[in-house]
Parts: sequence; structure tokens; C-alpha cells
Amino acid sequence: MRVLELDNVVGGYGDTQILHGVSMHVDAGEIVVIIGPNGAGKSTAMKAVFGLLKLTDGSVLLDGEAITNTPPEKVVRHGVCYVPQTGNIFPSLTVEENLEMGAYVRVDDFKPRLKEIYEMFPPLLEKRQQAAGTLSGGQRQMVAMGKALMLEPKILLLDEPTAGLSPKFRGEIFETVKKINRAGTPILMVEQNAKQALGIANRGYVLVDGKNRFEGTGKELLNDPEVAEMFLGGGKQSHKTGKA
Amino acid sequence: MAEFINFYLIPGLILGSIYALGAIGITMTFGILRFANFAHGETMTLGVYIAWSLVQLTGIKSLVPILLVLMPVSMMLTIMIVLLIDKAFYKPLRASPVIILVIASFGLMLMIRSVTQFSWGVQLKTILPGIQPRINLLDFLSFPLKHVFIVGGALLLMYAVHHVLTYTKIGKAMRAMSDSPELARLTGINTENVVMATWVMGAGLACAAGVFLAVDTQVDTMMGFKILLPMFAAAILGGVGKPYGAMAGGLVIGVAEELSSYHWIGDGPLLNPGYKQGIAFAIMIIILLWRPTGLFKGKSF
Amino acid sequence: MDPVLYGYMLYGISLLTVGGMYAILALGLNVQWGFTGLFNAGIAGFFGIGAYTAAILTTNPHASHVGGLQMPYIVSAITAMLVAGIIAFLVGKVCLKLRSDYLAIATIGIAEIFRLIVNNETWATNGPRGISQIPRPFEGLPEPINQVAFLGVVLLTLAGVYWLMEIARKSPWGRVMTAIRDNETSAKAAGKNVETFRMEGFVIGCMIMALAGALMAHYLKFVNPQTTDPLLATFIVFVMLVIGGSANNKGAILGAFLVWTLWSASEIVAPRLLEAIGMTDAGIRSAYVRIFLIGLLLQIFLQKNPQGLLPETRPSSPGKNGS
Repeated sequence: MRVLELDNVVGGYGDTQILHGVSMHVDAGEIVVIIGPNGAGKSTAMKAVFGLLKLTDGSVLLDGEAITNTPPEKVVRHGVCYVPQTGNIFPSLTVEENLEMGAYVRVDDFKPRLKEIYEMFPPLLEKRQQAAGTLSGGQRQMVAMGKALMLEPKILLLDEPTAGLSPKFRGEIFETVKKINRAGTPILMVEQNAKQALGIANRGYVLVDGKNRFEGTGKELLNDPEVAEMFLGGGKQSHKTGKA
Repeated sequence: MAEFINFYLIPGLILGSIYALGAIGITMTFGILRFANFAHGETMTLGVYIAWSLVQLTGIKSLVPILLVLMPVSMMLTIMIVLLIDKAFYKPLRASPVIILVIASFGLMLMIRSVTQFSWGVQLKTILPGIQPRINLLDFLSFPLKHVFIVGGALLLMYAVHHVLTYTKIGKAMRAMSDSPELARLTGINTENVVMATWVMGAGLACAAGVFLAVDTQVDTMMGFKILLPMFAAAILGGVGKPYGAMAGGLVIGVAEELSSYHWIGDGPLLNPGYKQGIAFAIMIIILLWRPTGLFKGKSF
Repeated sequence: MDPVLYGYMLYGISLLTVGGMYAILALGLNVQWGFTGLFNAGIAGFFGIGAYTAAILTTNPHASHVGGLQMPYIVSAITAMLVAGIIAFLVGKVCLKLRSDYLAIATIGIAEIFRLIVNNETWATNGPRGISQIPRPFEGLPEPINQVAFLGVVLLTLAGVYWLMEIARKSPWGRVMTAIRDNETSAKAAGKNVETFRMEGFVIGCMIMALAGALMAHYLKFVNPQTTDPLLATFIVFVMLVIGGSANNKGAILGAFLVWTLWSASEIVAPRLLEAIGMTDAGIRSAYVRIFLIGLLLQIFLQKNPQGLLPETRPSSPGKNGS
């Protein structure tokens, strides 16, 4: 079942067009990763879903219904949650207050959900009365994701959740993403650490210059020599240069 | 010692409580609506004149009913006026650069003041006429009874602010938006409601602070403007967007202003009392130089 | 000459003289707000610094205040600008790296502190009583030639400031200024030292304000703490610039003369209107009505026409044709 679909989306900020026709979709139960070079429009594509930039063409569909150019505060109410790369927690609020804010648009009792979130992120339970700004980078990401999950969203959008984290925390975050997904939430994620991200993804898209360049399952993209050369870097690239 | 406490420390604490109440509104507007509201002092003045009119209208002359009945009514009326002002003058500029809002508030400062001066004239008035009873304690402590009510009222209101910000959904949303308006929007927080709540809190407290000041001193059309700078200084000292910081900052500035003219060295006042109003400014400059985020780590813009 | 006509002529001269001084103030503010995006809420303070410096330097010796140095006008004008420039530099050092609101708060603070000083330091400023008998250029000439001659001084100064500001606006310096105002991040990225440019804009603006203050002291022949009343000296200048068109030097001048004319005319009309509808104290109350209306005018322009009557025009840049 198709949860989210971007159909040939065109748009940008002010006079600067960044997306020149991007199409992608996320099906129920999937983890989908967007990778690409800097300035390719990865984060912008995600923001397009969330109504953070003006789309001049194309459409965004949620469960088959158009939400194109819906402002963010309304997109949330449709059940889409977005975790920006930075500034994704309220630092002076406690961990629990952050999670409560995540449930702001809920009118029903969110206490059971709060319990589930603490079960998913045990370190947060210990620190629930602590100001979120005092936590470590990895724990802040947990707060940010937990806050988004409070809504039991139809889909979760993550913008570079591992940016700025040490390799150890990075692994933890990818594990968390898998855990969230196993619990039933489809995820669309932008990532710099393309290799690790594709490793946990069902499918991936490669964006270049605001357009789709490649797409395929995580494995396909990992094994595609062109993609590997362009974006995966690391071991494979040095392997290649070794050969030459 | 007795002189120090009765004539410097106690007046300082009274003034400090008044600054503290006023500075909460300044800091919340600064944190949530993102602009320095120059009209905040005039909101205070307007609230005082509304209270003064109610006193004349009802003929109530004693402190307790003024504070318990007339003050809440004036607070409500002030809040209504401020919400209308927001709708007419600030809301259309919500998407404008911050500095345009500052200019608008600067204009409103003069507009509100001209309405006050037009309606009530510029002659000094009193809310609480006559000689007020004093309390004498421990042989050397002596202060007017009204000071007990002012400090008590201020503490009660500060506790109410604390309660709203810590235990209510809208209060938490206010703190969240003060932390990050952008994330508040992405989270689905109804930012217009938060803005309204901010005006309600700021205007209500400004009116209360003004009434306390008027009970302690006199009613004057410039009273709000005269304490605008100390309130800004208190907000900056406490850290912009930090209500508890504003409370502490207000107390510090109030006490510092009064203590500045104590004869610490020799017989004369340390600072010419004519410069009392400059203390707040000096503290503000020092804090901006030394630690622009304030004592409580507010926003650094 | 017919005495009524003569009266009108003198009124016209004074309207133009004061309007011209406000135009200089508006040009000073335009460097700060229009081109650099800085909100100076303490125009009154810098204006007052200029007025008092000129007063102290040019008057005859007098027991009630310091100075009385009988300096030439040009020396006192330059000193007034220097003093204001130095104080502006110190304020800028503290505030310019912070967000714009802080500058607004600090400058209104400076204006208030200045008022405290002139009120309290009686030995220097004669306190609330102020300094009188300030000389005015050409006052020895017969009336109305002396008035016209002083108007000439004001208009020449205005023309000089305008000319310099136009050169500055079209220069690379001016272009960097507007670039910083419009997009600080990209200006920084282009390697511009934003703080230095802001400081230059702020200091130059304050110096121009002090120049206007010096002229005003000579014109009124008298200064006291009321001369730096934050309302007239600060607020009206903002209204003038916003209505005339910020970031446009012609707009600043147009706004100044227009608003000053409106303001002066309303001084005559408003009390009569209030009297006509049977209001008591019409004379005093009309002042508040005028302030309210001028504030309302500002709000309307901020909301409906923030560009003002003469919107900003970008100087054509030689590089632009190529790209």
C-alpha cells in the first residue's frame, strides 16, 4: 500500500528553483533512503512533503490524497511527522515535556503512547525530568524521534538523523530507526552515511541536481558500481583506486 | 542597619518585585513573538489608569478590595485592549522582519500614551489616598503595610506564572515556542493561540505591576515609560525568553537601584540619586558585554 | 509689505528651516535604518549631544555652565559630530554584534542617560534651566534677511549631506551596506566584515544627527533637556523616513518636509477642530490627538506601504550589464 508519493515535484525558495522534477514513494512498512551529493536537494525534497517550500508543479499524495503545499502545522494533523536535522528538540523543556509537545495535536489520552515511547527508548525514561538540552547528541535524537512518534504518524520523515554523531551513536540511531520501522511506522530518511543507511533500507533514491538519478532496493544501489563510485566512497572507492 | 533595611533594602525589594512582574511580559514577548516590545510600559500605564477609573467609579478606598477586586477587573480590561491592539497592529506584521515590529511597537508606545494623556490628563493622581498604616517589627523594622500586600501579590502572581508554565498545556507550548518557534510550528503547536496566551500573560502582569507601583507611589502618564528600561534590563539580565530569569533580573535591578544611593563610603550617597535610573542601563550594558545570553542562558541572537 | 503676508512669509521660512533640519536628521537615520537596517531608538540622544556641544562651545562665558568658548560655528559643528561619533562607536561596540533589538534598547537607553546627565550635571549644562543666548549665524543682519540667511545655511548643509550620502549610496561601500542589510549570511560568505560596515553606518548616521542638533541649537538659541524629548526628536524622524521611503535619500528629504508641514499645520487645525466639537482643554488635548494620528499614519504605512512614497532605487552597477 502506498503511503506517500511525490509526483514530479518542482519548487524551491523564492526565485531559486531547487527541485526540478523529483518523484518517489514510500509504501507501508518500508524504510526509504534519499542519498546524493551536497546541494542535490535531498533535504529540500523532504521539506517539500512537509509544506516548507512552495511547489510550483507536481503533487504530494498522502494515502492517495493530495497534500501539496499544505502548511506544516496542517501536515502534522494529517499524520506526517518530520524530524529536522538540527533544532529538533525544545532544549529548555524536559524530556517528558518534549514528548508531550509531540502529542500536542492529539485530543485523546496520550499516556499509553508515552509509555510505549519510553519502552522503545529506555534511556529517556531515566532522564524524563531532565532538560532535553542537557542530553548527549544521540539521546537528543531519541527525544526528537520519540517526540515525533507520539502522534503515531502514518509516516516519519528523518533529515540526516546521524549528522554530527560519532560512529558508535550512528550505529545506535540506525538500530533505532529499524526498531521504529519494525513497530509499524514507514520511514523516509535523508542520509549522508549512504552505505549504512542503504544497509537498513528497503529502497533508496539517488538525487542529483534536484532530479532523480538512480533508484532501486538498498542492495541494488549498494552494488551499483556507478552509485558506489559517486556517493558511497569509503572501502569500495579505495578498492577501485587500488586496482587502477 | 535599621536605616539600611527600612529605607534602601525594603524599597529595593518592592521596586524589584514590580520590575519582575513587568519583565516577565517583556521576556515572553521577546522570546515568543521575537521582538522587543517598546509599548509594554504604556500597557502598564493604561492598566493603572483603568484601575484608577474603577476606584473613582466604585468609590472603593481601601487597599484590600482594590487589589482583590478592582485589580483583576483592570487586568482583564487591559488584556482585552492589548488583544485588540495585537489584532489591529501586530498581527498584520507577523511575517515582517522583526525590526518592523519593533518600530510598530515604538509607534504604539506613543499612541497608547497619547490616548492615556488625552483621556485622563497629565496631572498626578493617587489610587490610594491618605496616610497608610505602618508595621513596626523587632524594634528597628518599619515599613508601610501596603508593602506586605505588594510583595505578597507579586509572589502570588509569580507563582501563578510558574504554575501555568509548568503544568498547563498552553504554558508548556509557550516555553516550547520561546525555545524554537520553527520547531513549534513543525510540531503542530497552534502558534496563534500561544501568541494570544503571551499577550494575556504579559498584559495582565503589566497591569498588576502598574497598580502595585501606583499604590506604592502615584499615578502618572509617564510611569510605564520610566520603568521600561529597567524592565528591558531585567529581561536581558535574566536571559531573553526566560521568565524565571526575568523575575530574578527584576529583583536584582530594583535592589541595585535603591542600594546605589546608600552611603556605602563616607556620608554622601554612593551615586547621586538623580542617576538611579541609569543603574539599570549600566547593568544591561555590562551584561551585554560580559554575557549577552544573560545569567539564565537565554537566547543569543 | 502687508503685515499678514509678512507673517506668512516668516512662518514659511521657519517651516522650511526646521523642516530642513529634520531632513538632515532623516538622512542620518537613513544611513542607519534605510541602508544598514539598524534601528536607532535614541536619535534624540545624538541630536541632543550635538545641540549641547554646540551650545557649550559657541556661547559667551557664563557662570551657569561650562564652556562659553566662543568658538567658530564650523569648529563647534565638527566637534559636535566627533563627540557623537565617539559615543556611537562605544554603543556600537557593545550592541552591533547582537540582534537589532538590542541596539534599539541600548540607544533609547543612551538617550535617557543623556537626559539624566543634562538634568543632573548642573555645573556643565545648567540643568533643567538649559543654556540660553546661543549665537546664531547672521543674526546681526536685519530681519527677515537674517532668517533667510540662516535658512540658506540649513539648506546648504542639507544639500551637502545629501550629496555626500548619494555618493556613498552609489559607491561600492553603499552597495555592500545594502547587501548586508538584505542578506547578512551571504554578505559574510562573500568575505565582508559585517560588523565593521555596520559600525561605519551607525557612526556616520549619529554624526549627521549631531550636526542637525548643532544647527537646531543655533536656530532656537536655547537648549534644555526638553530639546531632546524622545517624541519629537526620535519618533517623528522615523515617521518621516518610513513615509518618505527608507533607503531613498530623496524619500528621506521628502518625508521630512511633508511630515513636518503636516505636523505644523495640525498644530493650527487640531485645537480648532476639538474646540468646534465642544471639547474642554482643546489646546492641550489636541497635542495628544496629533501624536496619535501621526502614530496611526506610521502604522498604516508599515502595513500597507512599507516602501514609502519613494521606494528604494538600486544604483545601476557597472558590473550588472555584463552579467
